[in-house]
Amino acid sequence: MKGMHNKKNLGEWLVTIPPLGWLFIFFMIPTIIAITIAFRPSSPYGDIEAGWTLENFIMLFSPTYITIIWRTIWISFISTIICLFFALPTGYYMARLSQKWRQIILLLIIVPFWTNFLIRIFAWKIILNPEGILQYILISLGIISKNTMMLYRTETVILVTVYTYLPFAILPIFAAAEKFNFKLLEAAQDLGASRWESFSRIFLPNISKGLKVATFMVMIPCLGSYIIPDLVGGTNSEMIGNLIATQAFIARNIPMAAAWATVLMAMILFPMGLVISTKLLSRKMAE
Amino acid sequence: MLKEMNDFLVFENISKQFGSNKVVNQVSFSISKGEVFSLIGPSGCGKTTLLRICAGLEEPDTGRLILNGVDITALPPNQRKVNTVFQNYALFPHMTVIENIAFGPKIAKWDKKKIVSEVDFFLDLIQLQEHKNKYPSQLSGGQRQRVAIARALINRPLILLLDEPLAALDLKLRQRMLVELDNIHDKIGTTFLFVTHDQGEAMSISDKIAVMNKGNIEQIGTPIEIYEAPKTSFVAAFIGDTNFFEGTVCELINNEISRIHLDGFPEITVYNDKSLRSGTKVYLSVRPEKINITRAYPAQDKPLTNILKGKVEDVIYLGSQTKFWIRVADYRLAINKQHTSFLLDEQPIKWQDDVWISWNPEHGYLLDTYAETDENLLTLPSE
Repeated sequence: MKGMHNKKNLGEWLVTIPPLGWLFIFFMIPTIIAITIAFRPSSPYGDIEAGWTLENFIMLFSPTYITIIWRTIWISFISTIICLFFALPTGYYMARLSQKWRQIILLLIIVPFWTNFLIRIFAWKIILNPEGILQYILISLGIISKNTMMLYRTETVILVTVYTYLPFAILPIFAAAEKFNFKLLEAAQDLGASRWESFSRIFLPNISKGLKVATFMVMIPCLGSYIIPDLVGGTNSEMIGNLIATQAFIARNIPMAAAWATVLMAMILFPMGLVISTKLLSRKMAE
Repeated sequence: MLKEMNDFLVFENISKQFGSNKVVNQVSFSISKGEVFSLIGPSGCGKTTLLRICAGLEEPDTGRLILNGVDITALPPNQRKVNTVFQNYALFPHMTVIENIAFGPKIAKWDKKKIVSEVDFFLDLIQLQEHKNKYPSQLSGGQRQRVAIARALINRPLILLLDEPLAALDLKLRQRMLVELDNIHDKIGTTFLFVTHDQGEAMSISDKIAVMNKGNIEQIGTPIEIYEAPKTSFVAAFIGDTNFFEGTVCELINNEISRIHLDGFPEITVYNDKSLRSGTKVYLSVRPEKINITRAYPAQDKPLTNILKGKVEDVIYLGSQTKFWIRVADYRLAINKQHTSFLLDEQPIKWQDDVWISWNPEHGYLLDTYAETDENLLTLPSE
């Protein structure tokens, strides 16, 4: 009996070790190196000096940097909210469609991924170009003036971010909604709930897992955004991702870039840790 | 006042069509206050659609729905004093038993104290006090069903709709829940509209039954009326088993009894309460338990009793009774014999035995309409 158990365990280990080893070598070790470098002093020539310092982290608290941290948070937050706002009804109605239409809509959502991410963002640069067709149409409709610049603004960053990450919000919400028993909404209305009440009290709690996944799927890449603000954003829409790039490639201050990366990681891990720990806590309370 | 009591819920010319499929066809009937009214019929007969129209989950194409004197046809489901026990209960999986039952009152913003005491009352009624903090997934089928009933009844509906509420339970549990449903009805007194395909359920719990077929109501009556005096061959075949005879009236023996001529069967007598004339085509239904079966020539207690000779073609012994299939000329008759004496002391009738069968003229019932396809219902296994 015991031998069999060990054999089964061995098999489990054999299939788990390669991916774990991969993650350890190519993810854990580099992360630890980056965090270590964040505590090293830097030389003006771009070298990493010996010794330990907190200088890099103290520098982060200068007012210009605080502005950028804050901007990164609120751009990510607003983009996530907008994504959820559009993804919820989309996921809801997709789950109610017939199998055939569901497949078609799913395909339409996935099709953009067949084009390279960078090219899609360049497409936005063309669409929003001051000489572009959209600008021309909006001016002739009298919606914007000739001097309005649609590119290189914070709003543009949010627009393109929402465009990029919306499918990542729709898919988990759809997956959860597909498993939802829509008869429950009829039951809620039968018991006196309005359409909104049955949606908020019955539908939302039952797809909460999908909502959480959607939030993380959008929020995490948003916080680490680099290419989108770099290509369609202006000087006033710089995010942490851009700062890291600037520090690493232009200022050649690798310890500073590492410190930024560490902060970014903490920003992502903190809300996730909060969600997981509250869940564990409530489970313990229930016991 | 009395009229209002009889017409507590009125369906008036209700029709509903899905695409080209007429599911409910100009249906009109009314339900009295406090009664258990069953809609019964095979799947696809429109009974569930009628129930959903009553709940407001479906809008009728034509007609009106009047509840307690008020036209509710256009009211959305959340504004009707009507609640439903759904087929698979549709309990909210993220809520405990208490939260499920309190859902309606919370939405209606009852006083908190009232909610607590009412929920408590219904937990007692359905005997689930000790499971009140469990989630639906932790309950058995019967417990879930009781929660669904309490969740609906706590809103004090004028009508409680039950959509095949016992279909998901096994046979023993179904019978127990049927008794419990009956008890709850006695305690609360709410009018029940019960939808089922199971004639046994409908017969045992209902004050009145409406038998539906292809979007129409074939007959409305008490369980006994429906069983003993079916108007159509469909009703006769759907509710219980029966033997059909097709013939013509050939002699009016007296005011009450006529003789009927059949093709491929001896002439038989029947109670003719419809004053049909000679030469009229008639359809007759004789229930299997109304026919006697004996080895010896039966003692004739009435002069016009039908007495025929036959041969046993099939026998199914069921303990309390035996089902026989007897060949008489071109006909194959079903007969149920209830065993009221100790069978081991007797010489039971066996396969291939020659037997005498007999029934009184008033044991046959003349149908208004007959469709040959309805005989197929008899060959289907009854659930």
